[in-house]
Amino acid sequence: MRDLSSRVVPAVIAGLALAAFPMFGGKFAIDLVTKIMILAIFALSLELLVGQTGLVCFGHAAFLGIAAYTAALLTPQSGPAPLLALLPAAVLAAGGYALAVGALSLRTRGIYFIMVTLAFAQMAYYVFHDTKLGGGSDGIYVYYRPVLSVGDWQPFDLDGGHTFYYFVLVFLAFTFALLGFLVRSRFGRALAGIRVNEQRMRAAGFATYGYKLAAFVLAGMLAGLAGFLYALKDGFVSPELLSWHQSGAVLIMIILGGLGSLRGAVVGAFAFVLLQELFQSEAVFGALAQHWQLTLGFAIIACVALMPDGIVGAGRQFGRRVANLRRLRNA
Amino acid sequence: MPESRAGEVLLRASRVSRSFGGLKAVDDVSVAVRQGTVHAVIGTNGAGKSTLINLLCGEIQASQGTVELLGHDVSRWSQPRRAQAGLGRSYQRNTIYAPFTVFENCRLSAQARLQRPWAWFTPASSCATTCAAASHALERTGLAAQAHLIAGTLSHGQKRQLEIAMCLATGPRVLVLDEPLAGMGAEESERMLALLEGLKAEHAILLVEHDMGAVFRVSDEITVMVNGRVIATGAPEEIRANAEVQTAYLGEEGAN
Repeated sequence: MRDLSSRVVPAVIAGLALAAFPMFGGKFAIDLVTKIMILAIFALSLELLVGQTGLVCFGHAAFLGIAAYTAALLTPQSGPAPLLALLPAAVLAAGGYALAVGALSLRTRGIYFIMVTLAFAQMAYYVFHDTKLGGGSDGIYVYYRPVLSVGDWQPFDLDGGHTFYYFVLVFLAFTFALLGFLVRSRFGRALAGIRVNEQRMRAAGFATYGYKLAAFVLAGMLAGLAGFLYALKDGFVSPELLSWHQSGAVLIMIILGGLGSLRGAVVGAFAFVLLQELFQSEAVFGALAQHWQLTLGFAIIACVALMPDGIVGAGRQFGRRVANLRRLRNA
Repeated sequence: MPESRAGEVLLRASRVSRSFGGLKAVDDVSVAVRQGTVHAVIGTNGAGKSTLINLLCGEIQASQGTVELLGHDVSRWSQPRRAQAGLGRSYQRNTIYAPFTVFENCRLSAQARLQRPWAWFTPASSCATTCAAASHALERTGLAAQAHLIAGTLSHGQKRQLEIAMCLATGPRVLVLDEPLAGMGAEESERMLALLEGLKAEHAILLVEHDMGAVFRVSDEITVMVNGRVIATGAPEEIRANAEVQTAYLGEEGAN
């Protein structure tokens, strides 16, 4: 079971480190890590499609944004909404849109699939940007975080202390564990087979369309979970959440971290946001910090050129080299 | 698996046609493949053999005619549905899952018969039924020793064997094999032919093959195609004696 422990132990250590973080970090850092963890859930949901199933979705931000808007629009102006209603509503709204988009776009392949998913996402973007539905381009505020109450008892208050941080961490752990099981199950193996050779899968007897659609809807719902958390984090949702920049950024995260591995998606989310923070910092880059998009772009190009298998792939290679060196020395 | 009588027709195409633009790739073709026999389809390049296979397996739909599998009219069935019903095919080019292990190639193929896509919390590798089917298929094709290698690293001949093993792992009753001997050395061909002769007893086999020595050795029935049409069907000795076949096809190959 060495294989199992080598998979689970790093994840548990990373989880414990994240759980301990609020004891050391300041308010800004805790806020930043909360945002990264939400984006990590978003990246994990896209990894299921791109890294596992081989479906390059370039409109994933739509599911993030639709869930965020659902949470914002269903929260009353006068007080908090019940968590147990708001969370499923947001996730199901994203899942519903994913079902419609997936059912149509999965009839295409390759570059056409990329373009069709982009088109559907831009359509959703303009619905929120150009209509008064969600406050138009100004966006919409969420004044109250939802509450969980069982009778008179409230187990936690999302506004208190570090509760929201841990709330997000639990969902990140849930998403990671769910997908960890999923990719090793028969469903996950079938998705991997579809990625490698869909023609052969059909010849073996797999109706691949249904598999791809199920993966697409699940990925949409998990992206919706991230969108729901995003809306609660800042209490503000704007159409920019659905724009193609956001779809592109999450693609870069999973490529940066390493396609084909779940931890790559999480590592990629951390790397992307931290690099962004670094290049935006005037303390480090002075006047150049204003042009952070340029420097971030160069940094990403350098990373991808130097680590074609992503950060996780580079780490794996480094580990292999160290093991070889040790073996040589012992011989 | 229901038993079928030797000689019973398990796969039948009746007057199937398919055109691509103005070209009639398959024109009014009928073939019948019987339990316990090998039915070979031969013909020059471009005679329509691969299109015929694709019509039989449902990778493309016939514009005319019907395909029957185990007594069902499957003309409108999708390829996965025909595969589920017991039709296994191999490809002319190697279409294995190159990054997976040899064993996983077969296990995943076997999974087609026991899909359980809702069992998210059970690892695929712990399914005894599909693992047993995979092991059995690998033993049958002589790849058991290679089970834990990455499929992409196999030799060409071994990849051809793996093609057949993946096909067998799905537990098919009809095998449609597209040039299983392509690019094989003499020794590998010999092993593959022995395997085909062994598989004949429990399957109905449709074989497309260019190696005439092999075709005349293992076949019970031969159909000859030229320009999308069938010009002759019969036992090997009838085909060998057929004057039209000799001029159209065997003559060109040196009548070996």
